[in-house]
Amino acid sequence: MKGPSLVRTVRLGVSSLMLHKLRSLLTTLGVLFGTSSVIAMLAIGEGASEEAQEQIRQLGSRNVILRSIKPREDFATGQQTVRVVSYGLTEEDLARVSETFPGVTRVVPVREIYEEVRRGDRAMNPRVLATLPVYRDVTGRLLLEGRFLTDVDNEKVANVCVLSDEVAKFLFPFESPLGEQVRVGGDYYVVVGTLLSRVRPQGDAAAAGKSTAEVFIPLETGRKWYGSMQVKLRAGSREMEEVELHEIVVECDSAENVPTVAAACREMLTRNHKQPDYEMVVPLELLIRAQETKRIFNIVLGSIASISLLVGGIGIMNVMLATVTERTREIGIRRALGAKRRHIVQQFLVETVVLSVGGGLLGVALGLVIPVIVEHTAEMRTIVTPSAPLLAFLISAGVGVVFGLYPAARAAQMDPVEALRHE
Amino acid sequence: MTSSSNVPDADRAPVADLERVTRSYRMGANEVRALDELSFSFGRGEYWAVMGSSGSGKSTLLNVLGCLDRPSTGHYRIDGVDVADLDDDELSDLRSTKLGFVFQSYNLIPQLNVMENILVPLFYQESPPDGAEERARTLAERVGLGNRLEHRPLELSGGQQQRVAIARALVNQPALILADEATGNLDSHTALEILDLFDELHAEGRTIIVVTHEPDVGERAQHVLRLKDGRIESVVRDQHPAPRGAVTR
Repeated sequence: MKGPSLVRTVRLGVSSLMLHKLRSLLTTLGVLFGTSSVIAMLAIGEGASEEAQEQIRQLGSRNVILRSIKPREDFATGQQTVRVVSYGLTEEDLARVSETFPGVTRVVPVREIYEEVRRGDRAMNPRVLATLPVYRDVTGRLLLEGRFLTDVDNEKVANVCVLSDEVAKFLFPFESPLGEQVRVGGDYYVVVGTLLSRVRPQGDAAAAGKSTAEVFIPLETGRKWYGSMQVKLRAGSREMEEVELHEIVVECDSAENVPTVAAACREMLTRNHKQPDYEMVVPLELLIRAQETKRIFNIVLGSIASISLLVGGIGIMNVMLATVTERTREIGIRRALGAKRRHIVQQFLVETVVLSVGGGLLGVALGLVIPVIVEHTAEMRTIVTPSAPLLAFLISAGVGVVFGLYPAARAAQMDPVEALRHE
Repeated sequence: MTSSSNVPDADRAPVADLERVTRSYRMGANEVRALDELSFSFGRGEYWAVMGSSGSGKSTLLNVLGCLDRPSTGHYRIDGVDVADLDDDELSDLRSTKLGFVFQSYNLIPQLNVMENILVPLFYQESPPDGAEERARTLAERVGLGNRLEHRPLELSGGQQQRVAIARALVNQPALILADEATGNLDSHTALEILDLFDELHAEGRTIIVVTHEPDVGERAQHVLRLKDGRIESVVRDQHPAPRGAVTR
């Protein structure tokens, strides 16, 4: 473009804005906060969703998890005496899944034992899970120390256990638990390894499920010492529970087969269970739902952000309209000295863009700082994707152009003679 | 035109030529003629004072001469170019290449320094000349402000600001310099300095038209055009029979 170079126009714009430093600063605040909130909110949202997705991924995206749940109690017939409640997944279910379903590679049964775990005078109530050695592989858990359960442990019905990180740290705060003994209920178990705890679920993460304090023992050991009948102590009553299996983890050969297997499981369970005493968790479905949630979240966020940027833009436009009126005489002078309409448009448009881009840049800076503060104070994970600051910056520049056009056009439409006469 | 007898033919064409120029405004139901069929030619290298009481049409004439306004009817040619057919952009081009303005209230741009103010007319030229800064510096020295290039207008006195404005009016080497009550805001001593500067420019062969209502200022010009009610009241040529420095080049 001929005429004044862009660099000079920008420099001129900056020097005009510097004449009213406070006003310019205040004008940029709208865009500044708009931009920074976009980045900060995106970072927090991204962090939260990443965390949720990681929890889901830990369950295994190729897995289908079947769990026993206690059906709703019938209070009308409820007696405050000893009674047996029988529910949940059965060995039959396990056999059906592993023998007849195509696309299923491995099936892992899990029994939960309601016992306290002690070491000396330290006691806690982790989930005690009796399962097969393949459990670790199927769920993709990370081994920290020692080894996981083996087939030999299972065959020998050995009294060995593997602790999750959290349990190990509580029971053995100062030493390695390997080779040490812990008491589960009335029996002693030798610790052979530790696993990394699952990511602590945040808020309502039904998918991740329950406590992250876990103790694993061989399935057969669990069978031997604890039948399917267990006593649960409740306030005012004792309750007998008969549950054959608490959880069945079904591994599929590929993610594509997950929906088919899930549907087959669901059908099998509805056919064989009279009462709804089971639930199904399909991590893949949860993952898809989490991504959908994230998408909706982004849309909501985008609308909020665009409203705040809109308000910021209107603020800028307002100030620029006032500036144009205030500088009518300057416009007259420039027109008299040969400035064309487009030069005037350019000048005021550049000023507006400098304002909004300045606000945008400060906003990006602030927006990058906020997630760091949030991460340190609220202990939430935040993720700043590179596209977020870029997007925020481009939008703020766009706001400058859109809201600068009208004031600039007003400036350019002035009659030079009238403008020169303006006091 | 005695003073231009030895000027080449091409230069003998008038710089500003008005042919039955009328500029009328609507005032309610009435039509007011600020300029009424005015015909006049300002020759190259001449120094004119346009005088008249307020409402005589001298401001309108200045606007037309300065290509800020167009005649309602009639023709105005500046340096041979008829403005009647030009659009806004082309008029802007004419102003940036052919005209130099000096205003009563200096009209410098406050956020620019002296150097930048002088350069403004070149800023808007389609093809700015080389060595613009050098030219601006020379002009600043010429008006005695060579050591104030970095100053902002508000740091200068009125007389100094008007000198900057004159340097600015010269930077594009205009065909015509228009001054609108250029000394109106200055004390009499400073006003004389500015008028001396105009004399010097005239002596260099520049064409100057000064619009004023002050007799003292009109006195200094070579020729005087008096307006009344948008018409020519009187024309006095060579009011100083022996103008300082026989004006010819």
